[in-house]
Amino acid sequence: MSDSLDAYLVLAGILFAIGSFGFLARRNAISMLMSIELMLNGVNLSIVAFGAFIPDLGAQGSVIALMVMAVAAAEATVGLAIVIAIYRNKRTPLVDEYDAMKQ
Amino acid sequence: MVRRLIPIILGLALLGIVTGIAAVMIVFLGQDWGDALFWIFAATMIGSGLLVVTMRDIIRCGLAMIVCFGALAGIYVILGAPLIAAAQVIVYIGAISVLILFAIMLTQTKDAPSRLVFQTQAVPAAIASVVIAVVIALSIAATDWNEAAERVRVATEAMSQLLFEQFVLPFEIVSVLLLAAVIGGVFLAKREPGGPS
Repeated sequence: MSDSLDAYLVLAGILFAIGSFGFLARRNAISMLMSIELMLNGVNLSIVAFGAFIPDLGAQGSVIALMVMAVAAAEATVGLAIVIAIYRNKRTPLVDEYDAMKQ
Repeated sequence: MVRRLIPIILGLALLGIVTGIAAVMIVFLGQDWGDALFWIFAATMIGSGLLVVTMRDIIRCGLAMIVCFGALAGIYVILGAPLIAAAQVIVYIGAISVLILFAIMLTQTKDAPSRLVFQTQAVPAAIASVVIAVVIALSIAATDWNEAAERVRVATEAMSQLLFEQFVLPFEIVSVLLLAAVIGGVFLAKREPGGPS
Protein backbone atom coordinates (compact mmCIF):
# COMPACT_ATOMS: atom_id res chain seq x y z
CA MET A 1 0.00 0.00 0.00
CA SER A 2 2.84 2.38 0.77
CA ASP A 3 4.26 1.67 -2.68
CA SER A 4 1.37 3.01 -4.74
CA LEU A 5 0.90 6.62 -5.74
CA ASP A 6 -2.88 6.33 -5.51
CA ALA A 7 -2.81 5.73 -1.74
CA TYR A 8 -0.89 8.94 -1.10
CA LEU A 9 -3.07 10.93 -3.47
CA VAL A 10 -6.28 9.69 -1.84
CA LEU A 11 -4.80 10.56 1.55
CA ALA A 12 -4.00 14.05 0.31
CA GLY A 13 -7.53 14.38 -1.09
CA ILE A 14 -9.06 13.36 2.23
CA LEU A 15 -6.91 15.89 4.10
CA PHE A 16 -7.94 18.58 1.61
CA ALA A 17 -11.63 17.69 2.07
CA ILE A 18 -11.30 17.84 5.87
CA GLY A 19 -9.72 21.26 5.56
CA SER A 20 -12.43 22.51 3.23
CA PHE A 21 -15.11 21.31 5.66
CA GLY A 22 -13.43 23.18 8.50
CA PHE A 23 -13.09 26.31 6.41
CA LEU A 24 -16.75 26.29 5.43
CA ALA A 25 -18.23 25.24 8.74
CA ARG A 26 -16.27 26.78 11.60
CA ARG A 27 -17.25 30.11 13.11
CA ASN A 28 -13.91 31.06 14.60
CA ALA A 29 -11.57 32.92 12.26
CA ILE A 30 -8.49 31.17 13.64
CA SER A 31 -10.14 27.79 13.12
CA MET A 32 -10.67 28.78 9.51
CA LEU A 33 -6.97 29.64 9.19
CA MET A 34 -6.05 26.27 10.69
CA SER A 35 -8.30 24.60 8.12
CA ILE A 36 -6.48 26.47 5.36
CA GLU A 37 -3.21 25.10 6.73
CA LEU A 38 -4.68 21.58 6.55
CA MET A 39 -5.66 22.12 2.92
CA LEU A 40 -2.20 23.42 2.05
CA ASN A 41 -0.66 20.38 3.71
CA GLY A 42 -2.85 18.10 1.63
CA VAL A 43 -1.71 19.79 -1.57
CA ASN A 44 1.91 19.60 -0.41
CA LEU A 45 1.56 15.87 0.25
CA SER A 46 0.27 15.33 -3.28
CA ILE A 47 3.19 17.33 -4.75
CA VAL A 48 5.79 15.34 -2.79
CA ALA A 49 4.06 12.08 -3.75
CA PHE A 50 4.20 12.98 -7.44
CA GLY A 51 7.86 13.88 -7.07
CA ALA A 52 8.59 10.55 -5.39
CA PHE A 53 6.78 8.35 -7.88
CA ILE A 54 7.25 9.98 -11.28
CA PRO A 55 10.89 9.66 -12.34
CA ASP A 56 10.78 12.53 -14.85
CA LEU A 57 10.08 15.01 -12.07
CA GLY A 58 13.19 14.09 -10.14
CA ALA A 59 13.80 16.43 -7.23
CA GLN A 60 11.50 19.16 -8.58
CA GLY A 61 8.57 17.97 -6.46
CA SER A 62 10.50 18.51 -3.26
CA VAL A 63 11.68 21.96 -4.35
CA ILE A 64 8.13 23.03 -5.17
CA ALA A 65 6.94 21.66 -1.83
CA LEU A 66 9.54 23.80 -0.03
CA MET A 67 8.28 26.86 -1.93
CA VAL A 68 4.69 26.05 -0.93
CA MET A 69 5.77 25.81 2.72
CA ALA A 70 7.40 29.25 2.58
CA VAL A 71 4.32 30.80 0.98
CA ALA A 72 2.10 29.08 3.57
CA ALA A 73 4.19 30.60 6.35
CA ALA A 74 3.78 34.06 4.80
CA GLU A 75 0.04 33.50 4.46
CA ALA A 76 -0.31 32.42 8.09
CA THR A 77 1.61 35.48 9.30
CA VAL A 78 -0.50 37.99 7.39
CA GLY A 79 -3.78 36.15 8.06
CA LEU A 80 -3.25 36.00 11.81
CA ALA A 81 -2.17 39.65 11.88
CA ILE A 82 -5.43 40.58 10.12
CA VAL A 83 -7.46 38.49 12.58
CA ILE A 84 -5.74 40.16 15.54
CA ALA A 85 -6.29 43.62 14.02
CA ILE A 86 -10.01 42.89 13.54
CA TYR A 87 -10.23 41.42 17.04
CA ARG A 88 -8.85 44.62 18.47
CA ASN A 89 -11.77 46.56 16.99
CA LYS A 90 -14.65 44.09 17.20
CA ARG A 91 -13.70 42.14 20.36
CA THR A 92 -14.76 38.81 18.89
CA PRO A 93 -13.01 36.12 16.85
CA LEU A 94 -16.28 34.84 15.34
CA VAL A 95 -16.56 35.56 11.63
CA ASP A 96 -20.36 35.80 11.50
CA GLU A 97 -20.18 38.89 13.70
CA TYR A 98 -17.91 40.68 11.25
CA ASP A 99 -20.81 42.36 9.47
CA ALA A 100 -19.63 45.96 9.21
CA MET A 101 -19.87 45.93 5.41
CA LYS A 102 -23.42 44.57 5.44
CA GLN A 103 -24.96 47.34 7.48
CA MET B 1 -18.15 17.03 30.76
CA VAL B 2 -18.62 13.55 29.32
CA ARG B 3 -19.92 15.00 26.07
CA ARG B 4 -16.77 17.06 25.68
CA LEU B 5 -14.65 13.94 25.96
CA ILE B 6 -16.53 12.11 23.21
CA PRO B 7 -14.43 13.38 20.25
CA ILE B 8 -11.19 12.61 22.09
CA ILE B 9 -12.38 9.12 22.99
CA LEU B 10 -13.52 8.55 19.41
CA GLY B 11 -10.16 9.70 18.05
CA LEU B 12 -8.20 7.50 20.44
CA ALA B 13 -10.47 4.56 19.62
CA LEU B 14 -9.90 5.10 15.89
CA LEU B 15 -6.14 5.29 16.45
CA GLY B 16 -6.20 2.13 18.55
CA ILE B 17 -8.27 0.23 16.02
CA VAL B 18 -6.00 1.14 13.13
CA THR B 19 -2.86 0.40 15.12
CA GLY B 20 -4.34 -2.99 15.97
CA ILE B 21 -5.13 -3.60 12.30
CA ALA B 22 -1.55 -2.67 11.38
CA ALA B 23 -0.16 -5.03 14.03
CA VAL B 24 -2.38 -7.81 12.71
CA MET B 25 -1.18 -7.02 9.19
CA ILE B 26 2.45 -7.37 10.21
CA VAL B 27 2.12 -10.42 12.44
CA PHE B 28 -0.46 -12.51 10.61
CA LEU B 29 -0.58 -11.33 7.01
CA GLY B 30 3.14 -10.83 6.57
CA GLN B 31 3.05 -7.23 5.40
CA ASP B 32 6.19 -5.19 5.76
CA TRP B 33 6.90 -2.35 8.15
CA GLY B 34 6.51 0.36 5.52
CA ASP B 35 2.86 -0.48 4.97
CA ALA B 36 2.13 -0.68 8.68
CA LEU B 37 3.81 2.66 9.34
CA PHE B 38 1.93 4.17 6.42
CA TRP B 39 -1.38 3.01 7.88
CA ILE B 40 -0.54 4.24 11.37
CA PHE B 41 0.59 7.66 10.15
CA ALA B 42 -2.37 7.98 7.77
CA ALA B 43 -4.86 7.11 10.50
CA THR B 44 -3.21 9.49 12.94
CA MET B 45 -3.23 12.26 10.36
CA ILE B 46 -6.85 11.86 9.34
CA GLY B 47 -8.06 11.29 12.91
CA SER B 48 -6.34 14.35 14.28
CA GLY B 49 -7.38 16.34 11.21
CA LEU B 50 -11.00 15.50 11.97
CA LEU B 51 -10.42 16.52 15.58
CA VAL B 52 -9.03 19.87 14.35
CA VAL B 53 -12.23 20.71 12.52
CA THR B 54 -14.73 19.26 15.01
CA MET B 55 -13.46 19.92 18.52
CA ARG B 56 -15.06 22.55 20.68
CA ASP B 57 -12.07 23.92 22.52
CA ILE B 58 -9.91 25.81 20.05
CA ILE B 59 -6.69 25.32 22.02
CA ARG B 60 -7.20 21.57 21.69
CA CYS B 61 -7.81 22.10 17.97
CA GLY B 62 -4.38 23.73 17.74
CA LEU B 63 -2.73 20.87 19.62
CA ALA B 64 -4.46 18.30 17.37
CA MET B 65 -3.16 20.27 14.39
CA ILE B 66 0.40 19.74 15.70
CA VAL B 67 -0.26 15.98 15.87
CA CYS B 68 -1.61 16.08 12.31
CA PHE B 69 1.49 17.87 11.01
CA GLY B 70 3.78 15.44 12.84
CA ALA B 71 2.05 12.44 11.27
CA LEU B 72 2.39 14.12 7.88
CA ALA B 73 6.13 14.52 8.50
CA GLY B 74 6.26 10.77 9.10
CA ILE B 75 4.51 10.18 5.79
CA TYR B 76 7.11 12.37 4.06
CA VAL B 77 9.83 10.16 5.55
CA ILE B 78 8.08 7.05 4.20
CA LEU B 79 7.87 8.76 0.82
CA GLY B 80 11.64 9.14 0.80
CA ALA B 81 11.85 12.93 1.19
CA PRO B 82 13.62 13.42 4.53
CA LEU B 83 14.49 17.06 3.91
CA ILE B 84 10.82 17.89 3.35
CA ALA B 85 10.01 16.07 6.58
CA ALA B 86 12.60 18.13 8.46
CA ALA B 87 11.23 21.33 6.92
CA GLN B 88 7.71 20.22 7.87
CA VAL B 89 8.76 19.77 11.50
CA ILE B 90 10.64 23.07 11.61
CA VAL B 91 8.20 25.26 9.68
CA TYR B 92 4.82 23.81 10.58
CA ILE B 93 5.28 22.27 14.03
CA GLY B 94 7.89 24.77 15.13
CA ALA B 95 6.77 28.05 13.64
CA ILE B 96 3.22 28.08 12.30
CA SER B 97 1.69 26.08 15.16
CA VAL B 98 3.28 28.36 17.75
CA LEU B 99 2.06 31.40 15.80
CA ILE B 100 -1.48 30.01 15.69
CA LEU B 101 -1.44 29.09 19.39
CA PHE B 102 -0.30 32.63 20.24
CA ALA B 103 -3.10 34.07 18.11
CA ILE B 104 -5.62 31.77 19.82
CA MET B 105 -4.49 32.92 23.25
CA LEU B 106 -4.64 36.57 22.17
CA THR B 107 -8.19 36.32 20.83
CA GLN B 108 -9.90 34.06 23.35
CA THR B 109 -12.71 35.60 25.31
CA LYS B 110 -14.37 33.99 28.27
CA ASP B 111 -17.85 35.22 27.38
CA ALA B 112 -17.75 34.02 23.78
CA PRO B 113 -20.56 31.55 23.16
CA SER B 114 -18.59 28.34 23.27
CA ARG B 115 -21.45 26.02 22.36
CA LEU B 116 -21.88 27.35 18.83
CA VAL B 117 -18.78 26.07 17.12
CA PHE B 118 -20.24 25.66 13.67
CA GLN B 119 -22.03 27.99 11.31
CA THR B 120 -25.59 27.22 10.27
CA GLN B 121 -24.22 25.91 6.98
CA ALA B 122 -22.29 23.08 8.66
CA VAL B 123 -24.40 20.25 7.24
CA PRO B 124 -24.18 21.42 3.60
CA ALA B 125 -20.46 22.01 4.15
CA ALA B 126 -20.04 18.44 5.40
CA ILE B 127 -21.93 17.10 2.39
CA ALA B 128 -19.85 19.25 0.03
CA SER B 129 -16.54 18.12 1.50
CA VAL B 130 -17.56 14.46 1.38
CA VAL B 131 -18.45 15.01 -2.28
CA ILE B 132 -15.04 16.64 -2.86
CA ALA B 133 -13.25 13.68 -1.25
CA VAL B 134 -15.24 11.14 -3.28
CA VAL B 135 -14.72 13.00 -6.56
CA ILE B 136 -10.97 13.31 -5.91
CA ALA B 137 -10.70 9.62 -5.03
CA LEU B 138 -12.68 8.55 -8.11
CA SER B 139 -10.65 10.71 -10.46
CA ILE B 140 -7.40 9.44 -8.94
CA ALA B 141 -8.54 5.86 -9.39
CA ALA B 142 -9.62 6.53 -12.98
CA THR B 143 -6.38 8.20 -14.08
CA ASP B 144 -3.26 6.43 -15.24
CA TRP B 145 -0.39 8.45 -13.80
CA ASN B 146 2.33 6.65 -15.72
CA GLU B 147 4.09 6.15 -12.43
CA ALA B 148 7.15 4.17 -11.54
CA ALA B 149 6.55 0.92 -9.70
CA GLU B 150 8.98 1.87 -6.96
CA ARG B 151 9.46 5.06 -5.03
CA VAL B 152 12.35 7.19 -6.19
CA ARG B 153 14.32 8.40 -3.22
CA VAL B 154 14.98 12.12 -3.56
CA ALA B 155 18.67 12.73 -2.94
CA THR B 156 19.19 15.85 -0.86
CA GLU B 157 22.23 16.79 -2.88
CA ALA B 158 20.37 16.68 -6.21
CA MET B 159 17.57 18.66 -4.63
CA SER B 160 19.85 21.40 -3.37
CA GLN B 161 21.58 21.57 -6.76
CA LEU B 162 18.20 22.08 -8.36
CA LEU B 163 17.10 24.61 -5.75
CA PHE B 164 20.15 26.81 -6.10
CA GLU B 165 20.65 26.53 -9.85
CA GLN B 166 17.41 26.15 -11.76
CA PHE B 167 15.09 27.49 -9.07
CA VAL B 168 17.27 30.27 -7.76
CA LEU B 169 14.98 33.05 -8.98
CA PRO B 170 11.85 31.64 -7.26
CA PHE B 171 14.00 31.09 -4.17
CA GLU B 172 14.97 34.76 -4.04
CA ILE B 173 11.41 35.86 -4.77
CA VAL B 174 10.19 33.72 -1.87
CA SER B 175 12.70 35.37 0.43
CA VAL B 176 11.43 38.81 -0.60
CA LEU B 177 7.86 37.57 -0.09
CA LEU B 178 8.71 36.40 3.44
CA LEU B 179 10.26 39.78 4.23
CA ALA B 180 7.14 41.52 2.93
CA ALA B 181 4.94 39.21 5.01
CA VAL B 182 6.95 39.94 8.16
CA ILE B 183 6.71 43.70 7.63
CA GLY B 184 3.04 43.47 6.73
CA GLY B 185 2.28 41.34 9.78
CA VAL B 186 3.99 43.77 12.11
CA PHE B 187 2.21 46.70 10.47
CA LEU B 188 -1.24 45.08 10.59
CA ALA B 189 -1.02 43.85 14.17
CA LYS B 190 0.58 47.04 15.47
CA ARG B 191 -1.38 48.97 18.06
CA GLU B 192 -2.34 52.36 16.72
CA PRO B 193 -1.62 55.29 19.06
CA GLY B 194 -4.93 56.59 20.33
CA GLY B 195 -6.84 53.67 18.84
CA PRO B 196 -9.16 51.42 20.83
CA SER B 197 -7.20 49.84 23.70
